[in-house]
Amino acid sequence: MADPAQADLKRTPLTDWHLAHGAKMAPFAGFLMPIKYRGELAEHAAVRERAGLFDITHMGEIYAEGPAAEAWLDGLVTNRTAGIPVGKVIYTAMCREDGGTLDDMLIYRLAPERWLIVCNGANHAKIAAWTAKRARGTDGLRLDDASDRVALIAVQGPEAWQLVSRVTALRAHLPAVEALDFYTAVELRLGGSTWVVSRTGYTGERGYEIYVPNDDALALWRELLHVGADLGVEPIGLAARDTLRFELGYCLYGHELGEDISPLEAGIGWAVKLNKPGFVGRDALARQQAGGVPRKLVGVAVDGRAIARQGAGVYAAGRRVGAVTSGTFSPTLQRALALALVETAAAAGPLEVDVRDRRFPLAPTPYPFLAARVKGDPRASRS
Amino acid sequence: MVADDRKYTKSHEWVMVEGSVATVGVTEYAAHELGDVVFLDLPEVGNEVARGEAVGTIETVKAVEDLFTPISGEVVETNQAVVDSPELVNNDPLDAGWLIRVRLSDAGELNQLLSAAEYEELLED
Repeated sequence: MADPAQADLKRTPLTDWHLAHGAKMAPFAGFLMPIKYRGELAEHAAVRERAGLFDITHMGEIYAEGPAAEAWLDGLVTNRTAGIPVGKVIYTAMCREDGGTLDDMLIYRLAPERWLIVCNGANHAKIAAWTAKRARGTDGLRLDDASDRVALIAVQGPEAWQLVSRVTALRAHLPAVEALDFYTAVELRLGGSTWVVSRTGYTGERGYEIYVPNDDALALWRELLHVGADLGVEPIGLAARDTLRFELGYCLYGHELGEDISPLEAGIGWAVKLNKPGFVGRDALARQQAGGVPRKLVGVAVDGRAIARQGAGVYAAGRRVGAVTSGTFSPTLQRALALALVETAAAAGPLEVDVRDRRFPLAPTPYPFLAARVKGDPRASRS
Repeated sequence: MVADDRKYTKSHEWVMVEGSVATVGVTEYAAHELGDVVFLDLPEVGNEVARGEAVGTIETVKAVEDLFTPISGEVVETNQAVVDSPELVNNDPLDAGWLIRVRLSDAGELNQLLSAAEYEELLED
């Protein structure tokens, strides 16, 4: 890249491919990442109607291994991970002592004593340091930060199973991949490589996330595009990834979640198990739960031709009661929607939002704005 | 390759003059960089606008941008079709995706716009 500002950015095994195929690139989580290819709306529709491929190699992957890993990990995250079966995937928050959210993440049990933590790219350094510090002095626990060695490709959309089933390298393992339920994964040894195929995603569609060694990524990406040409598969940038997750009301760290936002406030209290043995942040979160969660994440529709974006002030009876955390035009629903973090007492409304010094009424609109279509037989027809 | 039947600005608008009326839109480059347009807010017909002034907003999936007028004068027409179908800005920015028509109050301003060749040079930099 000629731009010196991009010289310090990390690249994925697919960066050259993105550049060669006309992607608009931008820095994201320290990486030079594809924001869009042919257009946000077209890419969004491709995932809802057919299938899309995402390079999400910026995500962080940290392995925790050893006999102590199970209890150690369960003491660091808000959801219950101890005791889950091999192959299960758990969505959870990781909190500070004060209940502020360090990150949201997936936890995989790949083997009885082998766990995989997948955190946001933007929080990778923080989570690597946090976990390393808390692993110190724990016998029977090894951490291995594999983020620089692992590429991650997401295949999302109603045709995702069709597409994945055509990958040559997976052919010998198809029964295991086909048997995957939503939020389960399988670790596969393919020649000299180890892949993890995970039935997870960030779009609300049927889909898979495939973790591969860097050296396998480009061939897999190309093969998916090639064998999926008749299915209408296409590459999807981070812009459409954002509108896709937004319609499902999935939290995005830095928007709905942050160190000053608890998972209870962000509406992921279902991933906080206050009755499990102690975990970092438990006491603060239990106090918050008992005393009343001060803020609440609400879904709203903007009444007017404007988009309320992150940071836009939300008002009740003229008083500021919160702010928009994410807001965009929903490509599927064709309307301006937003998620806002507001004082719990004011959440029932009526609410208004300030967009460029104009006030617009907000109509309460429960999220998820769109129902997830992630479960059931991967081969079953939608129609 | 940029269309040589009109003039351009450094901020990626185009201006096409017929008689005393100039039609203004955004360039193909701008349309691509903006991303998919979902709402447009255009000035009222009859408004007097001054060169360089923000006269409307272009709301895309990812951001909101001001629409600047590259010329001064009275707004004589706005494109209702793009207000109803904002995707025209992305699909046909040079023709059906035009935005406003302004009756020139100072034809001398046209000399400050870029020629097609100059605009092409700007894009190459």
